[in-house]
Amino acid sequence: MATALVSTVVVFAALGVLVVTSPGWDAFKAEFLDGGLFRSSFPDIARAFALNIKIFCISEVMILILALGIAVIRSLPGPVFFPLRVLAIIYTDVFRGLPTIMVVYMLAFGIPALLLSDANWYRSATLWAIVALTLVYSAYVAEVYRAGIQSVHPSQDAAARSLGLSRWQSLRHVILPQAVRRVIPPLLNDFIGLQKDTALVAVVGPVEAFRQAQIGEAANFNFTPYLDASLLFLLLTIPLARLTDYLIERDRRRFLAGGGA
Amino acid sequence: MRMRAFVMAVAAAVLVAACGSSGGTTASPGGSTAANPCAKSNLTLVTPGQLTIGTDNPAFDPFFQGPTGHEWTGEFNHDPYNDQGFEDATAYAVAQQLGFSKDQVNWVAVSFNNSYKPGPKNFDFYLAQVSYTPARAKGADLSDSYYDEQEAVVALQGTDIANATSVAALKPFTYGAQIGTTSYDLTKSVIQPDSAVQTFNTLNAALQALKNKQIDGLVVDFPTAYYMANVQLSNGTIVGVLPSSAGKEHFSMVLEKGSALTACVNGALSALRADGTLAQIQERWLTQAANAPALQ
Repeated sequence: MATALVSTVVVFAALGVLVVTSPGWDAFKAEFLDGGLFRSSFPDIARAFALNIKIFCISEVMILILALGIAVIRSLPGPVFFPLRVLAIIYTDVFRGLPTIMVVYMLAFGIPALLLSDANWYRSATLWAIVALTLVYSAYVAEVYRAGIQSVHPSQDAAARSLGLSRWQSLRHVILPQAVRRVIPPLLNDFIGLQKDTALVAVVGPVEAFRQAQIGEAANFNFTPYLDASLLFLLLTIPLARLTDYLIERDRRRFLAGGGA
Repeated sequence: MRMRAFVMAVAAAVLVAACGSSGGTTASPGGSTAANPCAKSNLTLVTPGQLTIGTDNPAFDPFFQGPTGHEWTGEFNHDPYNDQGFEDATAYAVAQQLGFSKDQVNWVAVSFNNSYKPGPKNFDFYLAQVSYTPARAKGADLSDSYYDEQEAVVALQGTDIANATSVAALKPFTYGAQIGTTSYDLTKSVIQPDSAVQTFNTLNAALQALKNKQIDGLVVDFPTAYYMANVQLSNGTIVGVLPSSAGKEHFSMVLEKGSALTACVNGALSALRADGTLAQIQERWLTQAANAPALQ
């Protein structure tokens, strides 16, 4: 304990001295750590952050639903479902492989460019950016679900079927409850990534927190507003990260106690 | 394409006029006495003996207008080595005023944000439609004006916004502007639109949003507005020119904070203004400015 404390203090003090005594420290402080600008930028950036939260909440719900559907399709047994499985595989391959920013551009600029409707919702860049995030993240999350489904021993399904449950009932009441519980930690991991990627909607117009910070940066020739945005993202992601750790730990304790899933 | 041809024709006509009247303008070298801090030999430069000028990549018409085949990269990105285009010509005029011949000028591509980043710079001065603001002047040296700026609203023909004749009538529409520009600030402070102003990384992205009708109007500096409305958009129009905040908006060249060259560049600009060269360059490359309605 004492050793850990001493080495921590020494390492951080050395790093601190290295940074503070660097030749560019004063310039760095002025450009990145302007306290007055930090405070004056905060209200605007916090308001813009509401858009990040909105995008995150809507897409998260849609991702949970769509990804589960894809994972279930991919896990369907038997040759009859082969075409569906192929489609699910193509989907995950394509959307995991595409850069997210490309999908955002394609949907938010591409679909309104078709001029299919004059409705406001159709032209909304935010809406199509949410769809883009949902498509991309569903591909990741579907794989997480699939890992969970495969982690449930096949004997569980066999036992359920022998009790007279249909294939669907077995999936719904026996397999999925166990599968989903096991993958909650990696699911939350993906959602932390999603929270940060909400900043991508800015490239198609809407002003979210990071873009608001960029506006402040360009107006003041100073990078401090990014600190405001970073702080807001941390305030959102750190509690989620701690919750993930807690759930992993709880799961481990249950497992060790022999309680099963 | 017909509009493109038209613009070319106008440019050619102006070119002839400009050439006819520019015979008497000979730039004097930056001075020969050793005491002159702006003498070429006394300047502290990125590359000794060479003037290194930065601009954004891509560089846009009508600021840079190179022949096709000599682009840096990208569709509207032109070779800066030929003094064609408003900023290109201005840069070469300043270089000449400072005593540099054309082959002593080097160009570097520098993105807007990097032009004012702390630390050493890889250009002697930088010009890419950077508007002067007091806040910006804290982080970098900004030269005197080489162009007094006006902002204009671009829209699609036949849309409701195209009929607006006053600033007040612009309020109910949705606007877009390029991120980090004074166009954005001016849209918010002058038009004060009912809905949030959308921002875009590039003008091409903003233009796409305008074509998609995701925004009703796009606010850009006037020369860019002219080029968009007449060349880039097949059905574009300039709604009008916004009143500027007491004429204080102008383009500045960016130099390293505290650079000794700043005073020399300002001296060169002042000389070019006095002998009419700046006005000629502006007339030749941005002469179309006269045709847009002013919004009150």
